[in-house]
Amino acid sequence: MFAKRTIDDETWDDLETALITGDFGIDVTDQIVGDLRAKVARYNTTDPKDLQRMLRETLEERFSTLDSTLKLTERPAIVLVVGVNGVGKTTTIGKFAKFLANYNRTVVVGAADTFRAAAVEQVATWAERAGAHIVRPQQEGQDPASVAFQTVDYAKRNNIEIAIIDTAGRLQTKGGLMDELTKIRRVIEKQAPVAEVLLVLDATTGQNGLLQAEAFIEHAGVTGLVLTKLDGSAKAGFVLAVQERTGIPIKLIGQGEGINDLTGFTPHVFVQNLIG
Amino acid sequence: MATFGNLSDRLAETFRNLRTKGKLSPADVDTTVREIRRALLDADVALDVVKEFTGRVRERALGGEVNRALNPAQQVVQIVNEELITILGGEARQIQFAKKPPTVIMLAGLQGAGKTTLAGKLAKWLAKQQHTPLLVAADLQRPNAVQQLEVVARQAGVAVYAPQPGNGVGNPVRVAKDSIKWAIDKQYDVVIVDTAGRLGVDADMMKQAADIRKAVDPDEVLFVIDAMIGQDAVATAKAFQAGVDFTGVVLTKLDGDARGGAALSVASVTGRPIIFASTGESLDDFEPFHPDRMASRILDLGDILTLIEQAQGAFDEEEAAKVAEKFRTDSFTLDDFLGQMQQLRGAGSLKKMIGMLPGAGAMKEQLNNFDEREIVRTEAIIQSMTKAERTNPKLLNGSRRVRIARGSGMTVTDVNQLVQRFEQASKMMKTVAKGGVPQIPGMGPMPGAAFGGGRGRQQPPKKKGSKSGNPAKRATENAAILSGEKVPGAGGGTPAPAGTGFGLGGGRGEAPAGGPSEKELESLQKFLRR
Repeated sequence: MFAKRTIDDETWDDLETALITGDFGIDVTDQIVGDLRAKVARYNTTDPKDLQRMLRETLEERFSTLDSTLKLTERPAIVLVVGVNGVGKTTTIGKFAKFLANYNRTVVVGAADTFRAAAVEQVATWAERAGAHIVRPQQEGQDPASVAFQTVDYAKRNNIEIAIIDTAGRLQTKGGLMDELTKIRRVIEKQAPVAEVLLVLDATTGQNGLLQAEAFIEHAGVTGLVLTKLDGSAKAGFVLAVQERTGIPIKLIGQGEGINDLTGFTPHVFVQNLIG
Repeated sequence: MATFGNLSDRLAETFRNLRTKGKLSPADVDTTVREIRRALLDADVALDVVKEFTGRVRERALGGEVNRALNPAQQVVQIVNEELITILGGEARQIQFAKKPPTVIMLAGLQGAGKTTLAGKLAKWLAKQQHTPLLVAADLQRPNAVQQLEVVARQAGVAVYAPQPGNGVGNPVRVAKDSIKWAIDKQYDVVIVDTAGRLGVDADMMKQAADIRKAVDPDEVLFVIDAMIGQDAVATAKAFQAGVDFTGVVLTKLDGDARGGAALSVASVTGRPIIFASTGESLDDFEPFHPDRMASRILDLGDILTLIEQAQGAFDEEEAAKVAEKFRTDSFTLDDFLGQMQQLRGAGSLKKMIGMLPGAGAMKEQLNNFDEREIVRTEAIIQSMTKAERTNPKLLNGSRRVRIARGSGMTVTDVNQLVQRFEQASKMMKTVAKGGVPQIPGMGPMPGAAFGGGRGRQQPPKKKGSKSGNPAKRATENAAILSGEKVPGAGGGTPAPAGTGFGLGGGRGEAPAGGPSEKELESLQKFLRR
């Protein structure tokens, strides 16, 4: 798109196509294209290279308005991980536990997904790989809030610095399950404040990502986003709208099934991958 | 997204000025097509598919077809709806069973699409039809996927073949291959092979999937895809088509609020039919795919058929008849009110049910403000009344109301409001039950009483559910809900003058019925008249 000699109608069409197919959504796409058209007119340029640079700047600027550092200063720092089904919550927790262990932090993982078949075993396997402690439910189908409570309790008694709590995947439309999340949070807060609530979003998601974010913010008080499966062909442009509409920053990025495939969010790198 | 409302709203807006012309100029068509394009993109339909699709709609809309239109909005929506259904596969296809058992079904898809859960659902569904399915654990990648499949199999009451522990140990191709022999030996007639989730860009993993396909020679390869997926659906679908050449598609997580444009993209790009839809976490939440319903969903036209089915599931038929009778004879009591409310709660989320109504897009605001717990509070108030009070609300004097308020943890104002609302509602319902047209403040007489009136009977609990502490707000909410249901179009944001709203409202009100309109209306009425 940017390899041509001058900016013409085709360039604009291609730009629009690229943004839409990157899941930015039609509204954001229109905004960005309008914005860039104005800039191109203002600087009176015809060089696609300039356009590319401006696009990168625009995106970087918009992605870096929020502070993406994790706040884990509390002891124990409690991290609640939430999201819809199949976005990669459990895998993220495994990687995150390892990520923290690399910084010599002690970690306990609470297996509060007591609903899905074998979810406890799955997170336990990850915890083991990451060298983290694990708190399992005492019986099958135990109330997730009580597992969360026990996890925090365990962290306090054993002086563990960070407690990560896994929750069952739930679609944002299920009122009862969303209330359960509110309850988990409330129960944890009886013992200690929650440091971070991370919402895991799948990069392949389309415009529904925004609805997911809104619902989880309302019910669980999300403080940060984790974007997973960025190693695929999906661009995850929808997170720009999510970040801007909700004011919640992206904090972590998942890029594979290996235990080290989790990094912090850097707008520069992210945009680089997005537009090349 | 939200700022633009749903497609039918937008089209209604576009056609506001065209209503009398009854004819579309090319410029009108272009405006319309732009709106359709936007709606489809918002629903995550892939851009290429949108382009092709809008091109076809444009052609048809400009052709002779529309010129005989009575109502342009209606016509265009109908064209769009028809085209959508055509692409989505018209008739739902059945699973192809092998002539000589076992029938082999292989599942493939991205990580987290819901393959393992689906394997269980499919197995349970087949078992119910007197098949003997065998689940094969060929996902040896994800930690404890094998255990998950074993648990799922136990829940579904079917057999599982899991010779390898998984977590990276074992060869999935070998497992898949051996499972066929095992199935023939043990006389299972359907083999369902669950494979690991993989990305379309992961060449090694796609090769592995292709090898599994070769090893088991499946009768069906089902591509499992999440209804929430965005533009990437096309790239992924193409990669899987090249890799494992799937024969059918399964759409999962349809119980969410994603519009599921991916369905259209995948069907259109690969030409493979969507066979099943998965709609919840319980193993029974699984059904054959209905292209017509999906079309309505993508267009945000509401889903009347599903709504009717859900309502039918929730409402006890006899109970409904009794209630209707009670309305007629004016003996509807607070106890009945309570019963209705409890029944309705059994139907699941009220928001979801209302959301399925066409035109509900315009009510999103009200829906968001509407608190489902309000129903619980109302229940508490009624349950704090004595039997006598429930039967005869006129008994409720000041001191009784204070007692009820204390008993239910609410204030006297809440109690007063409830009683007032109940009286209003029962008065209105009586009118409807007698075949009249209720007067709703700010709405004027209702056109299309046959449709509206019929709906009305299903209305009471819903209407009563929607309330706010502020009487003025409540009135608008109620009006909005009623207008959304009865004359989708007359309500909305700007209250149209009574009657005149109908020409326009028709576009929205009748558009969803555009496809199976008569059948739909008939079944709706049959259900409501019982």
